[in-house]
Amino acid sequence: MSLPERSVERAAFLRELKRVLPEEALLSDPEDLRPFECDALAAYTVLPWIAVLPETVEQVRAVLRLCHSQNVPVVARGAGTGLSGGALPVADGVLLSLAKFDRILEIDPANRMARVQPGVRNLAISEAAAPFGLYYAPDPSSQVACTIGGNVAENSGGVHCLKYGLTVHNVLQVSLLTVEGEPLTLGSLGLDGPGYDLLALINGSEGLLGVIVEVVVKLLPVPETARTLLAAFSSIEAAGDAVAAVIGAGLVPAGLEMMDNLTLRATENFVHAGYPIDAAAVVLCEMDGMAEQVEAEIARARRVLESHGATEVREARDEAERRKFWAGRKAAFPAVGRIAPDYYCIDGTIPRKRLAAVLGRIGELSEQFGLAVGNVFHAGDGNLHPLILYDASHPGELERAEALGEEILTLCVEVGGTVTGEHGVGIEKLGPMCVQFGAPELRQFHALKAAFDAGGLLNPGKAVPTLMRCAELGRMHVHGGRLPHPELERF
Amino acid sequence: MHSQDDSESLAGRVAEACAQGGPLRILGSGSKEFYAGPCAGRLLSTRTHTGIVHYEPTELVLTARSGTALAAIEAVLAESGQMLGFEPPHFGSGATWGGTVACGLSGPRRPWSGSVRDAVLGCRIVNGRGEVLSFGGQVMKNVAGFDVSRLMAGALGTLGLLLEISVKVLPRPECEITLCFECPFAEGRERMIRWGGSGLPVTGLAWDGRLHLRLAGPEQAVSTAVRRIGGDRAGEGDAVWNGLREQTHGFFAGEGDLWRLSLPPAADTGDLSGSWLIDWGGAQRWLRTDAGPAEVLAAAQAAGGHARLFRSANPPAMRSAPLAPALAALHRRVKAAFDPAGILNRGLLPEVF
Repeated sequence: MSLPERSVERAAFLRELKRVLPEEALLSDPEDLRPFECDALAAYTVLPWIAVLPETVEQVRAVLRLCHSQNVPVVARGAGTGLSGGALPVADGVLLSLAKFDRILEIDPANRMARVQPGVRNLAISEAAAPFGLYYAPDPSSQVACTIGGNVAENSGGVHCLKYGLTVHNVLQVSLLTVEGEPLTLGSLGLDGPGYDLLALINGSEGLLGVIVEVVVKLLPVPETARTLLAAFSSIEAAGDAVAAVIGAGLVPAGLEMMDNLTLRATENFVHAGYPIDAAAVVLCEMDGMAEQVEAEIARARRVLESHGATEVREARDEAERRKFWAGRKAAFPAVGRIAPDYYCIDGTIPRKRLAAVLGRIGELSEQFGLAVGNVFHAGDGNLHPLILYDASHPGELERAEALGEEILTLCVEVGGTVTGEHGVGIEKLGPMCVQFGAPELRQFHALKAAFDAGGLLNPGKAVPTLMRCAELGRMHVHGGRLPHPELERF
Repeated sequence: MHSQDDSESLAGRVAEACAQGGPLRILGSGSKEFYAGPCAGRLLSTRTHTGIVHYEPTELVLTARSGTALAAIEAVLAESGQMLGFEPPHFGSGATWGGTVACGLSGPRRPWSGSVRDAVLGCRIVNGRGEVLSFGGQVMKNVAGFDVSRLMAGALGTLGLLLEISVKVLPRPECEITLCFECPFAEGRERMIRWGGSGLPVTGLAWDGRLHLRLAGPEQAVSTAVRRIGGDRAGEGDAVWNGLREQTHGFFAGEGDLWRLSLPPAADTGDLSGSWLIDWGGAQRWLRTDAGPAEVLAAAQAAGGHARLFRSANPPAMRSAPLAPALAALHRRVKAAFDPAGILNRGLLPEVF
């Protein structure tokens, strides 16, 4: 959607912002704007027109009203740890940082909930809840730094999703400001809200529908015990089958993760977790809960893994070793980052049963493109993270890595999966979105967006590609033999 | 199982109605019509659009057409030792899959295993223009595009006719035991708060004059939990949970107005008097009262939740509190985004339209 003409001059707009914001909350010098030029998808950078760091909801309202009245785009930003460019600024828009909204407003142990500002770090919630024996379950690998507002915007996952769900399953209420600066409360402090489930819709909406100013999250009792098995396999196929067998046996592990040999070696060199580096793949399987429950479930999981071809099944002897097993998994990205100058992380989800076939095909594509690929897999929920290794200083290699990434995502869609499991579409996966969705679905997304933000000012150009862009890219979602955009001329 | 794909004809009927501006009343078996409320329009039945399209026990995912009998889906899951975690009420032998998702009602297990919308992974719908659209999918994690699938849960068919819905399913627990405690509500409330936050394998916590606690998991875990807690094994076994789920429990007998309050579990409802039945560890409360709607609705809002008149012999037009004006306006725009001609289940969601 093309933006309406903005007539306001930068200097004039800054003067207006100065009337509603303290001096230190307003950044316009290129040097000050530099830290906001990208998020964790650092390959894309744009210097924002202006950046603001308000401290009160009233200030956010004033900024939104001003932007809305002058047709100025707004991009909200939390910690900037997103991997899909969702917080990439727009050159003619305001970058709205929620970083100063970092207060935990209330921990309510009787109702097992926490009311927090959007800039509170994910891990800080669990730390504040710990004295009450409670914690916040979703744990993205970036949980030390990422903020809850960003988690809601991206519907972030983590290694414990299979049992405890995604962000959408753990948020009770969200207060947001509309593009006009109107306050809205979605959900309730009960387990559901009145009217449409707009709370579910806000989760994962990538900042396109509103600006989140407060979140109430559900807290869970800290499990009494957690125990972790590490199983080694001589082939990826056997590991994939074993994962399916664990689920098929009626077990719901708190975590069920897989790493291939390349990732395993890189990680072992990095954290020395004691991984069996000759294995083709390892599976980490964690059970948590009451001690007796965990005892029974670990015993069953061990039997299933052993009877499905594990060459070795080992249990973490103590808490220190258990943490080490996970430290390795959570450090897989940086570990791979040490063996290649650059890596590009893909985030497709596939039905688990297609794992062996998909990994086989990724191996072929890797050879064809001449780029190594390591695979980390949230095996429990089918979320695959191929890490494409490349060297950006070699001309054309980044483009080759991106092309390989898109091939992999197309493959994920072909086997019945999706182009993004937990990292979001952002700026990065607009092309693959054209593969996954046809024109009618994309039109429906745009209509929904317009219901919240008719002028298209909130985070423009992200998350949902325009029909024109899909046609230009020549990426065709072919469904039932129909071409997806019959109304558009071909280029 | 009977299987028939009516997608094309259903979409055709909607497209036709859209062109002519004639409202449609989408209906499965009608088992939850009392809940959805009265709705004018030509009947569009989903009943012959049936069949389980896809079920893979090791993927924990099931996809079925909207006219499929809920009972048939539950039977197929049971054969593989699995179940719907949200334990939906049937409220009638013919309850369909589409009605289950459109009404979005969940049973006693909901606080621990999630709601209907929590389980939804994807859907195929016909929007108000008669277009067949697919959202989400059959995988656990999917953040591509807006989460339209979960928006459909509880929307009472006002945003689209549901053709197929995919959900996450769960393994049936190896062992389940219900304990029962004689205690007044004050003590029951205190125990619900304590056990709800204890990490015990709880899957049901309700008070109807006695406190009922359901524990589930591996045999040895359940027996340890029983030892830790004490209490009597309920003579009636797990009958109480089915009574809560299907509202066949004695509390629900009779014709008087029945209110549902959705509240924070430890909420205090102050002076609101009447006869109470507490489910979901305190988060869902059923009330029969002589108090007027204004008083009930205000008490629920003051406690941080909301209320809805669930059953009534003479339902008034307004069965729940009107939404805040900005939120109501947004609801109308969302409705128009899916159904610009306003033909789908017109009049449902009276707090909005």
